Order: sequence, then structure tokens, then C-alpha cells
Amino acid sequence: MIKSKNLVETLREHAFVAGFQPAQIDRLAAMAHEVHFDRDQIIFREGDESSFFYLILSGKVALEVTALGKVLRVQTLREGEELGWSSVLGGSGGKHFQARALTAVRALAFDGARLREACEQDYAFGYTLMRRLLQVVASRLQAFRLQLLDMYSPEGPKSV
Amino acid sequence: MRKRARETADQGQAGAARRSLLLSPAALGELLAALLRRGYTVIAPTVRDGAICYEPVNGVEELPAGYTMELEAGSCRLKRRGDEALFGYVVGAKSLKNYLHPPERRVFAAERDNGLFRILPEQTERPRFAFLGVRPCDLAAAAIQDRVFLKDRYQDGEYRARREAAFVVAVHCTEPAATCFCASMGTGPRAKDGFDIALTEIVEPGRHLFVAEAGTAAGAELLAELNASEAPEELCRAAEEALERAASSMKRRLDGDGLRELLYERFEDPHWDDVARRCLCCANCTMVCPTCFCVTVEDTSDVTGRRAERWQRWDSCFTQNFSYIHGGSVRLSPKSRYRQWLTHKLAAWVDQFGTPGCVGCGRCISWCPVGIDITQEVAALREAARTRA
Amino acid sequence: MSAASETLPSVMVPVAMRLARVEKETHDTFTLTLESADGERPARFAPGQFSMLYVFGVGELPISISGNPEERDRLIYTVRSVGKATHALVTRAPGEAIGVRGPFGTSWPLADSRGRDIVIVAGGIGLAPLRPAIYHVLRHRGDYGRLLVLYGARSPQDLLFRKQLTAWNYVPDTQILITVDYGGLSWRGNVGVVTTLFRHIRLEPERTTALVCGPEIMMRYVVRELLVRGVSAEDIYLSMERNMKCAVGFCGHCQLGPYFVCKDGPVFPYSRLKAWMDRYEL
Repeated sequence: MIKSKNLVETLREHAFVAGFQPAQIDRLAAMAHEVHFDRDQIIFREGDESSFFYLILSGKVALEVTALGKVLRVQTLREGEELGWSSVLGGSGGKHFQARALTAVRALAFDGARLREACEQDYAFGYTLMRRLLQVVASRLQAFRLQLLDMYSPEGPKSV
Repeated sequence: MRKRARETADQGQAGAARRSLLLSPAALGELLAALLRRGYTVIAPTVRDGAICYEPVNGVEELPAGYTMELEAGSCRLKRRGDEALFGYVVGAKSLKNYLHPPERRVFAAERDNGLFRILPEQTERPRFAFLGVRPCDLAAAAIQDRVFLKDRYQDGEYRARREAAFVVAVHCTEPAATCFCASMGTGPRAKDGFDIALTEIVEPGRHLFVAEAGTAAGAELLAELNASEAPEELCRAAEEALERAASSMKRRLDGDGLRELLYERFEDPHWDDVARRCLCCANCTMVCPTCFCVTVEDTSDVTGRRAERWQRWDSCFTQNFSYIHGGSVRLSPKSRYRQWLTHKLAAWVDQFGTPGCVGCGRCISWCPVGIDITQEVAALREAARTRA
Repeated sequence: MSAASETLPSVMVPVAMRLARVEKETHDTFTLTLESADGERPARFAPGQFSMLYVFGVGELPISISGNPEERDRLIYTVRSVGKATHALVTRAPGEAIGVRGPFGTSWPLADSRGRDIVIVAGGIGLAPLRPAIYHVLRHRGDYGRLLVLYGARSPQDLLFRKQLTAWNYVPDTQILITVDYGGLSWRGNVGVVTTLFRHIRLEPERTTALVCGPEIMMRYVVRELLVRGVSAEDIYLSMERNMKCAVGFCGHCQLGPYFVCKDGPVFPYSRLKAWMDRYEL
């Protein structure tokens, strides 16, 4: 169970830290705290200045866009995935999507400002973190592009 | 596809060697008459609409005596010769394909029946063709179509019936056209097999004769009816020499060495854009090509909706609809369609059927309205492979 | 090459079967059940094969068989209405005749994959030709390792065979993962393209055979994921689609490089396709 496991161990099992040195994982763990969200709880809203970056440990989160009373779910994230990557960069003018817990969710939360500070102090750590984050963003971007193609549309894929 | 009778004849004649007989133009007329008497629809060259065409004929007088047809890239001109040669030209637009794998044919007719439908029995009798004046390239082309329609997983029954019933009188080529390149494809100017009878025409001042040889028992039987005498050694030698001269006089050639790999590798070569600027995607080359076999299928019904038919028609990879699947056509650009045709013909064909799909007849060169020349395009791609990465 | 080659016209002439049932799967997709009209059992088919279906006087088109290969008395097809011929097909009333030719083409390599994990990746209507493979694995459950089905569709309303997918998820060693590209508020499942599901499965590449069917773009990205995860090109199988008029290698329309999709495919190992798949306008 989580409570009995320490944060370092929990973090080590998360896919995000693949490629981190043990000392870098320790450093990251020192900045983490565990959070819980209930089913249907809004984790952050579009435009929020929330500065937290999350590594999901269990449960499922939906990224949503709201418009004129409509809610569109554009992606779901679950255990082993990352949530709120823009917090790590900072200065992005708030959250781009709304995040909602679709089930009870457990996650490790990191304050974006503290992560940036750690990167500044230790460039090797910063490089590892940013490189991993870039991989996350790249796969997100690729998935979104495929989504935009609307591959299963009756008219065939669209040009984007 | 060989008839059983043919195979027997080949074996039977193995020891005797092929006898060469001497035929006069009059004897050729008798040969044609004998074919008609046997109930064949005789397809032979004849002048029609200002060109030499391969059509049904009823007598030797319909053959184009004293005519030739000059073929060049994008051009075909009927001209008078100074003699009375009957086969003083090479190919017309039509080949055996037009008769064995016709441009359109009904696949079936069906009628609604008790909530279901039933296929109606075919009433029409299948034609029995005798082809007179078939060139070696076209025999090679027929052998290629045999591979496609008869020697794969499925057989085309209609093609098989027409093919097995056919009688073939070939003519070796002593005067190739400017567009011919059969020598480089190994298909001519002498026909090696696939004929019942083969002729060499000798036209010289003072004499007009044919040297005839039988390729099958049926051919030998027919020749025997003509009471022809053995061809003198001198004449046989003259015929051989004429064929050797023909082979060495061919100016065009297509170098097939390593071509399959080269075409697959040059998929992105800029030269395809160059061809595409000239190609009109008119599909003429595929229509006149004696090996191109693609067809489409059309289903129709009458106004009452009680009777339906399926028709098969020649199709061409040069049309945009050819590659249409839900969502759009795979080959939109003319470039991709020309590339498909050439790459299929000279590369994919080898993978699919064991030989290239080109026999060097040169029809695609003559009947291309803008004179695109397959031999030149291949040479240009070879040059590109040599000079470009 | 078969010993006794089959002869036209018979192979080009459809056999009339009776449409027994039409089930609406989604707003544009229907499952048709055909039964013999003359008491003759339809020819046995292998999962992945297709038939040519003919609507009297209207047209004919290739449709994958989506039914259970063990059910020998009927043929089942799942058809998405996207054009004139498919529309004509799905709007037939039960009792009417549908012409059938086939089955044609290659099948999923199930016999050669015994003892291995079967990973099925389907996009949209691509699940239809894979369903017979799922039936087969479930019927011979002990012959195979794990069965993983990753299925992506446009929206929750576009998901095929939902009840079956839910039920299969309870079969031991079987995992069904579903995702949609666009989800509404009531959809609590995954949202994201089918490739995003790979992060949530445990693949053992050495013992995995992957069967993939969907739009060509989707298949290209799925292949990339499988290769990155160590599955070899020989163990990835794709079902390809091209224009088809005859299904027996005579019409020339379905060529894909050196192949005829009708007789060399529709199921190909990726190792045979990789030189051709990324070629634009091939």
C-alpha cells in the first residue's frame, strides 16, 4: 500500500523517471507530495494559474475543453502518465485544458516553480527532466495530430 | 497455353525436324479458304479507315497487298509499296488480345426469380478464331496473357475457351518498323513457338513466295492439303538471312538488365515529373498494348429491375478512378499513373508472372498521341540512376 | 496454386444467398447475416478472408467476413455505408437476395501463432475482419497465450460490437482496451488515438503476433509503436484495402507494388509490405 511505501519507491515505479539517475530520482522525490482526487473532481480548469505538475499513480483523468455548455473530452490520462506539463515550463498563461478525475485518482504533485529552480541549480538534472518532458510533449503532439486527421471519418482522413 | 494436339505434334516432329514448304500467294489464298471451310472466323490484316487493321476477312484479296504502314513515335502512316507484298508492315493497333480478351464482354445475365435471382444460361456460341499474319511479338504477348489468365490460382474460362479453339498462322518479321524492339526483348523477329503454321514472306524482283513451316499437327495437316512442294535450300537460306538482317536493323532497344530493381529504386526519381508533363493520361498505350489485361466490371439492370447483367470492359491504370477506394483515389497525379504503368509492365510483372509484360511490339510508342517512347523513358531512368543519387 | 484451378465464368458468377437479418451496429454500420438459399452450406472461410457481395443490378464490392468461422450455416458481414454500393447493401430488407462470390484472399496467421500472445489492433470498421480471429482465439483459448484487443473508433457512438467487447474482457488472459478520438461528457472510457493505448499494456515482443486492421494511416503508426516495442516485422500482420473488381487477380485494380491485394493479401506480414507502405501514390 501507498501509505507504507515511501515516495522514492513509488516514484521509481513510475514510467516518467525511466532514464533518471537514482540521485536524480531522489531529488525529484524530495519535491513530491501525494494527492488524491475524488471521482468527477475538477483537478484544474482552463486558464488556471495552477502550478502543479502531476504523475498519475492510479485512476483516470480526462482533459476537457468546454464551449457553450458543451464539454468535449480530448484525451484521457491514466496511471503511468503525466498531467499538467505546462506547469514545469511556467509562463504559459494558465492551463490549456480542464482536467477532471474520471475515477478516484492518486498522483504525485510537484510545484512547477520548485522544479524550475532545481533545473537551474543542476543543469544535468534539468537536462534529464526537460528531455523526458519533451518526449511526453512530442508523443502528445503526435497523438493530437492523428486525432485531428479524423481517420475514421466517412469522408476519409482530413488534411490538417 | 498449348493445345494437346500441339504438344503431340511437337513431340512427333522432334526427329523429323521442321520441314519447310514453298507456298505461292495463291496457295496462301487456299490456306485461308481452308480455314474458312473449317468454320473459323479468320482474323487477318486488311486496310480499313486508312490504316492496317486486324479484322475478320473472307478471302486473301482482302489482305493489304502492296501496302505498308510506317510507324514512328506518335505516328502511323499507310503507304504504297513498290511491290505486291502481303505482309509488308508489322503491327496494327489490334492484337490477339482484342479477340481472346475482348474489349467488352458480358460476364452473365441474371433474372429475378422467386425473391432471389438466377443466372441465365449463355445462348451465344463462342467464336473460333483463326489468326493469319500474327507477328512473333504478339505470340509472345499471348503467352504472357496465358500466364495471367490460365496459369494462376484461378482460370478465366472464357479466355481459355477462345484460346484453345484458336488457330494461329504466324509471319516472321523480315522488315521491322522503326518502333520495333523485339530483338532486345528476345521475342522476335522470328517466332519460336506458339503457332500452328509460320510463314516467311520473300518478295524480290521476279518472285513472291512464302516459306511455310508447321508448328503443330493441325498445322502440318492443313499444309499437307495444299500440295506444296519442299522449299529449296536456297530459299530457306534467303529467309534466314532476311530474319538476321531484320534483327540487326532494329534501331530501338530496351535494356532489361537489372531493370526491375532499378525501377523500384527510382520510385522518387524527378524523371517521372518529366514524363508527366508530356503524358495526357489518354490510356491509348494500355489499349494497344497486347499484354495489358486490366478490366473493370459494370453491373446494370433494365428499367423494370427484373433483369440484370454484368459486363467486363477493358480498363486502364491511367484513369483516376482506377485506384479509387473510399476516401479517394490512390493515384491522383498523372506522374503516379505513368509510373504505375511502366513499373508494373517492366518490374512488378516479373514478380507477379515471371517475365516482363513488354514484348517490344512498339505499339505504345506509335499510338501515343504525344510520342512518349518507352525505350527512351527507360534509357532516361537508367541515365538518372547513373548520374543521380 | 491450387491443384484444380477454378474456372471462369463460375468464379465470376455470384451465388444468390438470402439475407436473413440486418442489425444496426451504429448510425452508418450494419451487420448482415446471409443464409443459403438452396440448402448448400456456404464454403468454409478462414478469419481475415473476404467475399464479393453483389446487389442485384447495382454493383459488387469486397466485404470482409465478420462472423464466426465455426458457424458453418451462415455468412456474416459488417458493412459501413459510405457509398452507393454499400448503401444499397445495407438497405436490403431481410428475405432479399444478395449475391456472394468467395471467400477470397489470405487469412490471419492463427495456425502458425499457437502458443503466442495475440495482440489485435483495430481502428473503426477495421474490427470487422478481426472479429473472426477473436472468435477463433476464444474458441481455442488454451492454444494461445494472452489475447489483447486494442480498439479505436471515432466516437463512443461509432464503437462496434460493444456488448461482445465487454463480455470478452471477462475471459481469462484476455484484455480489451477501447478508446475513441472524441468523447462526450457521458463517455468515461479512454479518449485518444489507438496508439496511446500501447502505454497501458505489457507486451512481450518475443512471443507476440500482432494483427492490425484500420485506415492505412492508423496502421502505419500502429506498426511504428509495435516495432519500437520490439515486435518483429515478421510478426506484424496487416489487412490492406485497394480498389477491387474481380477478387481473382484478373482486373489489375488492387495492385500494391508487386502484389495483388486480392490474392496475395488482404492479410500481409509487415515484412513484405514495409518497402511499399510509405510510398505516396504507389
